[in-house]
Amino acid sequence: MKKLITRREMLKHSFWGAAGLYLAGNATIRALAEPQLPGAGGKAKAMIQIWMDGGPSHIDTFDPKPECGADFCGPLRKAIETNVSGIRIGEMLPLLAKQADKYSIIRSMTHGSDAHETATYMTQTGRTPGGQLVYPCAGAVVSLLKGYAGGYQGQLPPYITLTEPLGRFDEAGFLGTRHRPFATGGDPAQERFIVEGIVAEGLTDEQQRKRRELLHKLDALNGAHPGNPGLEAFARSQDQAYDMIIGDGAKAFDLSGENDALRDRYGRATVVQSSGSAAPASAPRRTTFGQSCLVARRLVERGVPCVIIKYPGWDTHKDHFPEMKRMLPEFDQGVATLLQDLSERGLLESTIVWIGGEFGRTPRVMWEAPWNGGRGHWGRVFSTVIAGGGFKGGQIVGASDAKAEDVKERPVYPCDVIGSVYHQLGIDPAARLPNPQGLDVRAMPTPAEGVPTGGLLKEIM
Amino acid sequence: MNTHNSLLLAATLLAAVMSGADAISNETPVPSSPDKIDALVFENLKAREIQPAELCSDEVFVRRVFLDVIGTLPSAAEARQFLSDKNPDKRGILIDRLLQRDEFADYWAMKWGNLLRVKSEFPINLWPNAAQSYHRWIRASIRDNVPCDRFARELLTASGSNMRKPPVNFYRAMRERTPDGIARTVALTFMGARIESWPAEKQADMAVFFSRVGYKATAEWKEEIVFFDFAKATGPASARFPDGTPVTLSPMQDPRAVFAAWLVDPKNPWFVRSLANRAWYWLLGRGIVHEPDDIRDDNPPRNPELLDYLERELVARGYDLKHLFRLILNSRTYQLSSKPADENARGETDFASYPVRRLEAEVLIDAINQITGAREKYISHIPEPFTYMPEEQRAIALADASISSPFLELFGRSPRDTGLESEQRNPTPTAAQQLHLLNSNHIRGKLEQSAALRTMANRAKTTAALVDELYLTILSRPPTDAERAIIKAHQQTAADKQALCLDVAWALINSAEFQFRH
Repeated sequence: MKKLITRREMLKHSFWGAAGLYLAGNATIRALAEPQLPGAGGKAKAMIQIWMDGGPSHIDTFDPKPECGADFCGPLRKAIETNVSGIRIGEMLPLLAKQADKYSIIRSMTHGSDAHETATYMTQTGRTPGGQLVYPCAGAVVSLLKGYAGGYQGQLPPYITLTEPLGRFDEAGFLGTRHRPFATGGDPAQERFIVEGIVAEGLTDEQQRKRRELLHKLDALNGAHPGNPGLEAFARSQDQAYDMIIGDGAKAFDLSGENDALRDRYGRATVVQSSGSAAPASAPRRTTFGQSCLVARRLVERGVPCVIIKYPGWDTHKDHFPEMKRMLPEFDQGVATLLQDLSERGLLESTIVWIGGEFGRTPRVMWEAPWNGGRGHWGRVFSTVIAGGGFKGGQIVGASDAKAEDVKERPVYPCDVIGSVYHQLGIDPAARLPNPQGLDVRAMPTPAEGVPTGGLLKEIM
Repeated sequence: MNTHNSLLLAATLLAAVMSGADAISNETPVPSSPDKIDALVFENLKAREIQPAELCSDEVFVRRVFLDVIGTLPSAAEARQFLSDKNPDKRGILIDRLLQRDEFADYWAMKWGNLLRVKSEFPINLWPNAAQSYHRWIRASIRDNVPCDRFARELLTASGSNMRKPPVNFYRAMRERTPDGIARTVALTFMGARIESWPAEKQADMAVFFSRVGYKATAEWKEEIVFFDFAKATGPASARFPDGTPVTLSPMQDPRAVFAAWLVDPKNPWFVRSLANRAWYWLLGRGIVHEPDDIRDDNPPRNPELLDYLERELVARGYDLKHLFRLILNSRTYQLSSKPADENARGETDFASYPVRRLEAEVLIDAINQITGAREKYISHIPEPFTYMPEEQRAIALADASISSPFLELFGRSPRDTGLESEQRNPTPTAAQQLHLLNSNHIRGKLEQSAALRTMANRAKTTAALVDELYLTILSRPPTDAERAIIKAHQQTAADKQALCLDVAWALINSAEFQFRH
C-alpha cells in the first residue's frame, strides 16, 4: 500500500502529531489525503464559532419586531438602523449596527427542538439524533480535515475552545478523544491568561528543564520495550507538550503585547447602576468574552483552523431583560471589534465567523410566575449570523413571521449552515469520516439519511 | 473417556438447572487448572515458532493484578506485604482476595456500565434516577456474582418502571428503540456481533423478537414503563433464531423471553463464546476473536482450542464469570512479562507477552488521588440545579457517564454512546493530555498541596528511605540502584527534602511505567 511520503515530516513538529499519525495510518483518511487534500482550496482558511450557549433571544438581537409591542419586546421596543440600508437590528447592538456590511443574518433558522442537548447536537453536527452513530461537531470535522490532514503544521492544536468545552455530549463524537477540542481553561481577562497545562504559575523555565531531565532519566519502561508503538506515541506526545510549555506556543495566549486601546475596544463590563454602593474608581474590568475574541484572532493569525468561543449565560428563563441589558453590550463590543479587527488585518476574507446558539427564545414574554418576564426555549425559528471567509455581508437570509414565532420563508436547517461553512473552507461534503463501526459516513448527510434541508446558503456565497 | 464426557455433561446440565436460581457461592472452588490455558497457548506459540516472554516479577505482578482486577493501584503497604510474603502460592492468594474486594464490583460495574451505556443525558437520556438505579442493580449483580446467563436473561426480559425495575433500562439505553435497533444492541451486547454485517433477512428475523416491546410514560416525572405490548401482536406468528432454527410465537408469549431462553442455552454458539472471549480480552488486552464485539465467520478465533476450553469452563461452572477470571489470572500466560522475548516483538496476537496498555481515565485519576490524598469534583449538569458528588467519590465508582470532570473527558473516558468495546479504549496519548499531567494547575496542585507527600517526606529518616517509599507508593516496587543514583544526583538541585519529594513524585507520575499497565 502506498504511503504518504511526507507524513513524518509533516507531523514531526506538529503539536497534534499523535492524532495526525493515527489519521495517516487510517486507510480511509489516507485515501482522502491523496491525491488531493480534502481541506485544500476554498476561500476560508479558518472558522471562529461564537457559541451563545443556552440559546440567545432572536427577537432581542438580530430579528427585532418592534411592531409587536411590549408583550413580545418587553422594554426593548426599538429596532435600530444599520450601515446597510433596509437592515435593522435590536437596539442593544449599536456597534454591530455599524458593521452590518460585514455579516449576514439568517432569520429563518429552524430545527424544532426545545431541549438544550438535542438542539445543541443538531446545531453543532447538522445531524438529527438517533441512529447508530454520535456525530462529531462541525469543529471536530473542520479540525480533522483542515488540521494536519489538511496541511496545518502549527505547534498549537488545530481545534481550540475558549475557555471551557461545550459539554452536553462528546464533541468529537465517533472520531474519538483525540479530536476533542483543546480547552484552554483560565480567563483571558485576567492579568495573566493561565492556559491549563501551557502556562503554569510559579515554575521557571529552568525548573521545568530540570524536572524534564529527571523524568527522562527515570522513565525506564520505554527502554525495556524498544519499538512499542504505544510507548513511542507516549514519548512523542510528551515532547510535543514540552514544545508548548517551553517553546513558542504559549506566546499566542499572551495578550500583554496587544495595544491597550484595542484590548479595551473588545469590551469592558457594563457597570450596573446600584444605588447605595459607591461607583468603583477604576474603569470596569475587561470582559472574558471580549478578550476571548481577541485571543481567537491571535490564534487564527497563527493558522489555527478552528476556534470555538463558548459564551455561556443565554439561557434566560428569568430576569431576561436585566440579563440582556448586561450581556448584550459586552456581546456587541466583542463581536463588533472582532469583525473590525479581522477586517483591518485582512483576515476576515479567510476567516468565517459563525455566531449563534442552539435555539432562540420564546418571542412572547412570559410575564407570569415563576418566570416574571422571562423567555423559554424556542427551536421553531431563531437567528444565526455568518461573516467572513467568502460569505457576503449585508444580507438577510429568510424571514420569521410577524411575531418571530415561525419560519415565514426560506427555512434554513443546521446542516445548511454547516454545509455552507464546509464549502467555503473547501471541505468536500462527500469526505468520508473514520468511525469505529467502519460505516460509510460522509462529512455532510446524504439524501438517504433524510436530514431536513433548505439548501446551501447560496444567497450569500 | 466416556465416563469423563458423561460427567462433564452431567455437570453442564446441573449448572444449567442451577443457574437462574441462586447466586454462585463466593467460596473459592478447587481451581480448574490454569495449566490447560498455558498448554493451549504455548502449543500454539511453539507451532508458530514464537518464544514466549519470561514470567513477570512479583513487583510487576502485584501492580498489574490490582489494576486489572479492581482498577485500583496497590498502596505502598499492600505492595510491601505482597513482595515480602514468602508463600509460594501468594499470587493465587492475592487473586482470590482481589476478586472479593468491593472495588471489584465498582470497577466491573464501570466496565459493564460502558457496554450497557449507563448515562443520564444525551444521546442515551436515561435520566439521573434511572441511571442510578440501573447502576446499583448492575453493581449488585457483580458483587453477588450473579451467573451471567441470569444477568442477561433479566436484562432481556424485564418489564416495568425505569426507576423501580432497574434492568428495564436496558431497553431504554439505546439510541434506536425500534425492533431493528434493539436487535442490533442485543446482538452487540450478548452475542459480540454486529448485525449490520449479517444478511438483511437474518437481521429482520432477529428483529421479530423485539417487535413487541412497548414504552409508555406515567404521571410521574420522567418515569417510563417498558412492557410486553399485546397491542403489537399483529406481527408474524413465527420467527427464526440467528442460527436459523424456526420457532412458533404464541400471541400471549413475550418473544423476548423466547429469545433469551435460546440465547443463554449452553448449546448456543454465541452467548458463551462472546462472554468467554470478552473475559480474555478484558484481562489480556486482545480477544481470541478480535475485535471482541465483532464475532463473525470470517473473523475466526486466533486460537480456537483455547476459546473452546474457556467456553466449556464457563458453562461447566454455571456461568460463573468470576471463575473464568480466576482461571485466566492464575495462568502463566496472564503472568508473562510485557517485555517480548521475540526481538521482532511478534506474538502479540498469540499472547506471547502481556500487552502494554494505558490506564483508563478513571483508574488514572483515582491512582493520582490515592497517591496524593487529593479529592476530585464530579458534577452532573442535569437536572438543574447541578448535582455535585461528595469529593471522596472515586471515578471507577461513578454511576452515570453524565457525572463527569474535565480530567475524565480529556483522558477519554467512555462516552457510553454505542456500547462498542473500542469506545472505551484510548490508545493514542495526546499532547493535550500530557500538558495536563506535566504542567496543569489541577495536577500540580494535587502534588504541591498533598499532606500525604509532605508527611512522607517528614517521616522519612533518610533520602533513601523517602525514595523507597515514593517508589512503592507510585510504582509498587523499590527503586533500582541506578534510579537511586539518578535521584541522588538530582538532589543537589532540589532545595530540600520536601522539594525533592515533589520532584520525584511528579516525575514518577509522568512516567510511562505509571501511566501504562505492563
